[in-house]
Amino acid sequence: MTSMSILLALASEPKLPKLPDSPYFWMPPRVSTIAADSDFLYEAMTWGSAVCAAAIFYAMWHFCTKYRAKSRAANEVAGQSSEHNTALEITWSIIPLFVCIALFVGGFKGFVDIRTPPKGAMEIRATGQKWKWLFTYPGLGTPEDMLHVPVNTNVRIVINAVDVLHSLYMPVLRVKMDAVPGRYTDLWFKATETGDFPIFCAEYCGTSHSDMLSHLIVHPPGEYETWLSNTIAKADSVTGKDRGAMLYEKQGCSTCHTTDGTPKVGPSWKGIWGKSESMTGGGSVTVDENYVRESLMDPQAKIVLGFTPAMPTYKGKLSEKDIDGIIEYIKSLK
Amino acid sequence: MASPSTTADAVAPRSSPGDDNYLTHDKGIASWAFTLDHKRIGVMYLISVLCAFALGGTFALILRTELLTPGHTIIDHDTYNQMFTLHGAIMVFLVIIPGIPAALGNIILPLQLGAKDVAFPRLNLASYYLWITGAVLMLTSLAINAVDTGWTFYTPYSTTTSTAVVPAAFGAFVLGFSSIFTGLNFIVTIHKLRPPGMTWFRMPLFVWALYSTALIQVLATPVIGITLLMMIVERTLHIGIFDPALGGDPVLFQHFFWFYSHPAVYIMVVPAFGVIGDIIPVFSRKKIFGYKFIAVSSLAIAFLGFLVWGHHMFVSGQSVLAGTIFSAITFLIAIPTAIKVFNWTATMYKGVIHLDTPMLYALAFLWVFTIGGLTGVFLAVMSVDVHLTDTYFVVAHFHYVMMGGAITALMGGLHYWWPKAFGRMYDEKMGRLGAILVFIGLNVTFFPQFILGSRGMPRRYYNYLPEFQHLHMLSTFGAYTLGAGFLLTAYFLAKSLKHGKIAPANPWGGTTLEWQCPSPPPYYNFTKTPVVTQGPYDGYENLVYDEKIGGYLPRPNKAEA
Repeated sequence: MTSMSILLALASEPKLPKLPDSPYFWMPPRVSTIAADSDFLYEAMTWGSAVCAAAIFYAMWHFCTKYRAKSRAANEVAGQSSEHNTALEITWSIIPLFVCIALFVGGFKGFVDIRTPPKGAMEIRATGQKWKWLFTYPGLGTPEDMLHVPVNTNVRIVINAVDVLHSLYMPVLRVKMDAVPGRYTDLWFKATETGDFPIFCAEYCGTSHSDMLSHLIVHPPGEYETWLSNTIAKADSVTGKDRGAMLYEKQGCSTCHTTDGTPKVGPSWKGIWGKSESMTGGGSVTVDENYVRESLMDPQAKIVLGFTPAMPTYKGKLSEKDIDGIIEYIKSLK
Repeated sequence: MASPSTTADAVAPRSSPGDDNYLTHDKGIASWAFTLDHKRIGVMYLISVLCAFALGGTFALILRTELLTPGHTIIDHDTYNQMFTLHGAIMVFLVIIPGIPAALGNIILPLQLGAKDVAFPRLNLASYYLWITGAVLMLTSLAINAVDTGWTFYTPYSTTTSTAVVPAAFGAFVLGFSSIFTGLNFIVTIHKLRPPGMTWFRMPLFVWALYSTALIQVLATPVIGITLLMMIVERTLHIGIFDPALGGDPVLFQHFFWFYSHPAVYIMVVPAFGVIGDIIPVFSRKKIFGYKFIAVSSLAIAFLGFLVWGHHMFVSGQSVLAGTIFSAITFLIAIPTAIKVFNWTATMYKGVIHLDTPMLYALAFLWVFTIGGLTGVFLAVMSVDVHLTDTYFVVAHFHYVMMGGAITALMGGLHYWWPKAFGRMYDEKMGRLGAILVFIGLNVTFFPQFILGSRGMPRRYYNYLPEFQHLHMLSTFGAYTLGAGFLLTAYFLAKSLKHGKIAPANPWGGTTLEWQCPSPPPYYNFTKTPVVTQGPYDGYENLVYDEKIGGYLPRPNKAEA
């Protein structure tokens, strides 16, 4: 699939990402160089565990049928069979010990690979906020709501969070890393297949934690650059209410505010312009340019009655052009 | 031996010990509310814990029903989040931690030691009222605006959400003291109140397990106490400790939290090992295999359990070196755990096996704990854990260990000691049916969750991708089966209290001391302090089954016969 067809499909289809069908029973498809390595350990453990469990279950079943008592009245007791056997105890301590050492070493090597980004990897910033992932690309001023990467390229994602803990999780890549407010974490991968794959938030973050989804778009060679330059051009040229509409989708506004009148986590934007809204803690405010601006910069300052203070601040994340665009967009939603 | 006077209102024991037991010794609510008798405190704990279990279980069924379909099924986002938080907090702090030690342990431990009570009866009663206080605080949170942080109370979410975090966290703080009191009491009781002849290696495995557990309770619980207090201080007074907005560090909270909560996993499951260690030999009519290995492995697990908390944090931003050390020590715990499973299984070899309800629960325990233990190894392998952590794989793993391990053992112990505690037999057929329903329900509920998690389904999700729906539906039907099993059990156990057959002193043919006193035990347990001359699982050949009473009696001397 070319990236253009993926993007076209995304534009027409609903926004839910899809986990592609997998050739494996337990695991989703493998789309990174890391995946094969960690799946090998997983499969080895699955088979090893199945054998161990089957042996124990068989022993239980066998003993219960073979040595089942006839009745209590028969008053049988076990003969003086063994009650202790040091050689056996040592055997079944040592064998698991060696298995564990092997697994530890395998897991350690894999982990060091996962946690050590190769030098010269392409860098993309990811920010977790309630309840949207935002991705910032080199040369692009506004963040995007999907992760676009080229295939067969080392990519390092530098992650942080603005409000509470989140965790960037891409099952097809077998990578996950917590997003922690106040510090940076990172992960890296090299995608081996093109396509559209789900991104989840894996650390509980409140009301819409389970809707904090995004798409990982892996582009064929050359098309990532085309996508990036087109997006940069578009981001600079769009103004006014169209800019507001674009930001509404990409900055996470749509997670909490609808444009059709139904209240969600926050009030709907439809028809809110010019309305007088009652505030938590008394008083009322007319929704005008200044109120919208204040709500973006200092969201907890005035909360519309009936809603919770859940919105993160957009201070420093929106340009003047962006704020104007959002105001124009809200105005247009009559 | 040291036998402290256990009650302020001591009354002369009545003439016939059969009629006078701890249940009938005093009458009236005050005689229960102010009792210092370990058995009565144990019974009050048992009733309270089972009520909390019913509440936490009801939440679980609502959650599973919600997960029948993606998106809205019966409740909204926020209600779901509040409910999984309360499900977790109730099950951990109110049910599993006090379940076996405080409820069953209180009733049985002094009996197994041939003692008249625990070392500090007043501390014991205080522990119970702290439990009640903690439970009331948790319910206060439910009444105001139920906490929605998850039972882990991770900052900065917990210090910024608008729900009633403080009462719930303070409840957990108070419950911690309840747990410390029980642990302290048991340590002293086991050291000081053992009967003549009971050396350390003649203690029943249940006593060993409670001892190991008590050590963890006393040493680890203060850390969660101070952590939750710091979180409350940050939330109410805005003193920056964990919240980066105030200059704190959220990963520090995770370290503090798991420093307690990983050892707490062993507070929950080590007592279960003890119950299983007591049931299997009695129902196999055979001495336990590898007694010393099982006893000492409990201590080893208790000790190592303190050094592995960081394995919950491989992707938290913790350093690679720290993760590596935690992973290595985690693997070490697998060894004593495996030793236990092998020894329990080997005990049945060439035994004479009676498949009564307690034994069915013990077998169910072996099955689910084997799966729970093996899947723990997956999570200890760091590179694999990166994919599996915070998914349903973890949910399945800890439910196999906590629900499958701790609760199955609690049910096994409950059925095993029920005749001793209440003097009545339950309907054995119903008991077996209940055990089978619970076993099937458990596996159908939680096994599909391993598949869900491996395929990438994150935990604590209200909504999910449609590709996951079939497995979620299967899991929900399993939960209904589980619910049916527990309802049936509640019904026949309650019924037995009035209509059950009178229980003999020793229905299963156990040789530990609790089976030497009548059922239910008299107020002072033993008229004469028993003297121990053999190991806890010796002497099955000296017991004879008597059909008339439905229990075992000492074998008459050949000379007399």
